[in-house]
This record gives sequence, structure tokens and C-alpha cells, in this order.
Amino acid sequence: MAFGRKTGLKGFTYQGGGPMLAWYLHRISGIAIVVFVGLHVIAAFGMQQLGSEVSTTINIIYESWIFQIFVYFFVIFHAINGFRIVVLDIWPRFIKFQREATWLQWLVFIPIYGLAVFTIAQRMISGE
Amino acid sequence: MRTRTAVQRGFNLDYLMWLFTRLSGLVIVIMALVAVAVAFYLGARTQMDMPTLLRWTFFPNPNHVINSEIPDLELGWVNAYWQIMQMLIIFFAGTHGINGLRMVLEDYLSPSFGVLVLRGFFFLLWVFCMIVAVYVILAS
Repeated sequence: MAFGRKTGLKGFTYQGGGPMLAWYLHRISGIAIVVFVGLHVIAAFGMQQLGSEVSTTINIIYESWIFQIFVYFFVIFHAINGFRIVVLDIWPRFIKFQREATWLQWLVFIPIYGLAVFTIAQRMISGE
Repeated sequence: MRTRTAVQRGFNLDYLMWLFTRLSGLVIVIMALVAVAVAFYLGARTQMDMPTLLRWTFFPNPNHVINSEIPDLELGWVNAYWQIMQMLIIFFAGTHGINGLRMVLEDYLSPSFGVLVLRGFFFLLWVFCMIVAVYVILAS
């Protein structure tokens, strides 16, 4: 660490651009999926075998539309970003187009996620 | 602050899991697409809501669709094919997920005895999850 170097807020803010944001989101979404799949299994066991109140509460949260919007974001993003990683790892000479690939990935992600959000919103409005 | 040691070249755990993560990721996506396609063929469009369909997509277990409007689960929803698919997707997704957690944690740790203990813990967790999953699949 060099003393007397003025970094200001820049030292703390995010500077990595699209691919680094994708890396962050891949990591966060991966951990999130493990946590909520694990909790879902434990809650299902608790509700069916033990009749626990906590498990029922977890299941009610899981079925709410707000939670579903997050789950769909994480799962769809993790799948599409993972596909980009696989493609770039198989053909490393395309790594130089990594930024373009990340933009393309968002172009694929938005319609698929949009469809999921549309369906969730439709169910929420119709009050199912 | 100590830095992480560079990844060794050659055939070792890091390389093996690097390869497995990519292959299993592709396999999970393909298996999910197969499960959702067959579910639509079996009548999911009119007999299931979306959360039920998604639960079925990632784990084609009859308990996942038992509360939907399917009149008879025996007609295509419960058979040996789906049992094999469940075991495969649990193996691929469970290993992918637990190894992912291990990789994320080891990114922030320097090599030490503690990391070996952590690996042992994740290995035991993985074995436990696989045994429980096979029991649940065969019992449901």
C-alpha cells in the first residue's frame, strides 16, 4: 500500500465494466441458488415430515411473486452467463470479443427474463 | 497479505473440477429443457401452474407435481425413466453447486491445513446429499 496516494472514491467504486459485473453476478447467483435450493429441500422435509411452522413460512415466502422475480433472475442469468463461459473456454481465441459476448448475453437474457417477469406479473394481477 | 498459489498444470482436482463444472452446466441446461418439453407434451400447459412446472423442470419428482391439476400421475409422470433423470440431475447439479461453494470459499483462503479440513467437510456434505437424494428418489 502506497501512502499519500489520493484515490478518492474511485478506489472503492466498481471499475471492471461488463465482464466483471457478469463475474460478480455469476458468483452471487451461484451462491444464492445453492442457498435457496438447500433451504427449499430442508423446508419441504420440515413441512411434510415434521409439520414445522418455520418451514411453512419459508414456503410461503418462496411462493411470493417478489421472491420469484429474484429466483428467475438468478437462475436464468447463471445459465446464460455459464453458457458464455463454456463457449469462450472451448474457443479461447474468441476471448478478445469478451465484451461483445457479454453484451450479446444481455440481449439473450432480457427477452427470456422479460417473459418470466411478464408471466409472474400476469399471475400476480389476476390474483392467483 | 499472502497470495494464492498458482494453479498447477496437469491432471489434478482443480483441472478435473474445472472440466466437470463446464460439462455439468451444459448437461443441467439440456436436462432441464428435456424435462420441460416432455412436461408440455404430457399436458402441463393446461394442468400446471408455472412454479409447479419449474419445480418439475429442475427435479422431475412426482412429489413436485402432486398438487397440480394432473388427473393421473401414473400416465407418464412416474416411471423408471424419471427416476434415472432425477438421479442424474442431482448428481450433476449437486456436485456443481457444492464444488462451486468450495471454489468460492477457496478463492478467499490461502492454502493451509484449514483448507484441507474444508475440502473434507464439503466431500462429506456431498456424500451425505447424494445418499439422501437416492433414498428420496427411490422412496417417492
